[in-house]
Amino acid sequence: MKQITVPVLAAIAKILSGATLRWVDCEPDTCQRIYFANHTSHLDALVLWSSLPKNIRALTRPVAAVDYWQGGPIRRYMATVFDVLLIDRKKIKVHNSPIDMMIREIGNSKSLIVFPEGGRNVTGEMREFKSGLFHLAKKRPDLELIPVYIDNLNRVMPKGEFLPVPLLSCITIGAPIFLESGESKAVFLGKARNAVLKLKEA
Amino acid sequence: MPIPGLGLVGPSANGKLLDPRTIILVLIVLVTLTIFLFVGQILKRRPESHIDPAIIRNFNKRVTTWLTICALLVVALFFQIKVVTVVLFGFVSFWALREFITMTPTRRGDHRTLFWVLFGFTPLQYVLVGLDLYAIYTIMIPVYASLFIPARIAFTSDHKRFLERTAKIQFGLLICVYSLSHAPALLNLDDLVTFNTSAAQAGDQAMLPDGAVPWDGSTAGLLFFFIVMVQVSDMLHFVWDRLFGKYVIAPSVNTTKTWEGLIGAACCTVLVAMLLQSLLPVTPFTWYGAGFMALLISVMASSGSMTMSAIKRDRRVKDHGTLVMGHAGVLDRIDSLCFAAPIFFHATRLFLDGENRIMFGATKEAVAMFFTGG
Repeated sequence: MKQITVPVLAAIAKILSGATLRWVDCEPDTCQRIYFANHTSHLDALVLWSSLPKNIRALTRPVAAVDYWQGGPIRRYMATVFDVLLIDRKKIKVHNSPIDMMIREIGNSKSLIVFPEGGRNVTGEMREFKSGLFHLAKKRPDLELIPVYIDNLNRVMPKGEFLPVPLLSCITIGAPIFLESGESKAVFLGKARNAVLKLKEA
Repeated sequence: MPIPGLGLVGPSANGKLLDPRTIILVLIVLVTLTIFLFVGQILKRRPESHIDPAIIRNFNKRVTTWLTICALLVVALFFQIKVVTVVLFGFVSFWALREFITMTPTRRGDHRTLFWVLFGFTPLQYVLVGLDLYAIYTIMIPVYASLFIPARIAFTSDHKRFLERTAKIQFGLLICVYSLSHAPALLNLDDLVTFNTSAAQAGDQAMLPDGAVPWDGSTAGLLFFFIVMVQVSDMLHFVWDRLFGKYVIAPSVNTTKTWEGLIGAACCTVLVAMLLQSLLPVTPFTWYGAGFMALLISVMASSGSMTMSAIKRDRRVKDHGTLVMGHAGVLDRIDSLCFAAPIFFHATRLFLDGENRIMFGATKEAVAMFFTGG
């Protein structure tokens, strides 16, 4: 069943978002990666995931908040179809760290899509990144951290709307960044945020 | 004694969508485009030629687009299904409007209005064209949609740049959907043609101008004549600009469009139309009538590309978007078609109407009729 529903839903997501995928200084690869992107719409995870080439898609899981994706049967179904890794934002504690969970889930083959802003930005201005990306990079320095800039999807489906307006959008994937030795958390997160912002002009 | 009119040779004798002469025209167009396609591909593989590669790329893109559109139209019309043609144009409109709205910034408060525009008015317009409800499809968007859009935006309690936002959405809908829908609406003129035919068959030959024979063509001929003329005009405009262009019309809007191009393209398109109508009469016009129509088409087509250039230039200066870049740019290809469609539709409708048929012969009444509508 999933062999049919996944490609069909992915195709619908691509048509609705009119997404162009651009690889700038980066090539599609099946190696383990963390795609980190700006977050402006509920569609972000689905569209980015759908736009990736099929073989990469099969190895990639979007990370999203449980409170949204468990709300209602359709969202719950979508979460299973797109293989979303759900994180409970309210129960983040030291012994229940989502970072450990992510590392456990990806093992030695899978990649992740994360939105380090923590929530959707409403004003259009990108928020400061949460520290998760830093801890992830520290615990698994072998992962390629790939910046992704998603443009115009907030107009396709803004916050609080449930019907999409199928405008065209653009997803730009840039060159990987790494955590340098001795780099502080603030410096690294600023660097990551700038890497995403830079793709806007690329 | 009635003088041969500009409008009609005579009415159609059959109600079919396609006639043999139109098929010949379509074949000629398809063969020409295919040759162009090959030439383009050969030029692309020859970097040593002295032609600007950007021009070749542009040329190839245009040829591919037009080959696709013509091929689809042929399939639609070959099966004598008007609906398929209408739906085809409907999708083109939808895509063009999508590009237009993407290009022009809107605000959060416009979201639901945009939803209604894209999923309500756009399909509805084409349904109305398909059902041949002339009285409604000619006013729905300019009147009803124009009232609906500002009202719906007002209900969202976001008043910032209200008129600007309203105008953007209205303009997009008017150009991409309303105007373009007049191209497939040409197929609706069949009713008018068959009505005239039955009058002619009832022995009312006196209604026809002297020496005229009943027209045995089809409305698809009108549609193809229109599309081919727009393309010929666009192409000639480009050629004239390159070869003889000297006086640029509006340098801040478009640096390549010149007066020589505009006038040269219009004159040559008129000649092409006259020649086509004499050799292969796919339209009910006389040869000079066809020339007049070509003049209208060419001027409107040039105005269309100029207008779109102005909009694009305005947007490009303000932000370097990469949004529409990756796509074929449907709007780019159809801007001239959009502007010419309603004008050609109404002029044809006027000439095909039995009562107006000889109006260019009867000068005085004709002029009065042309300007006052009766």
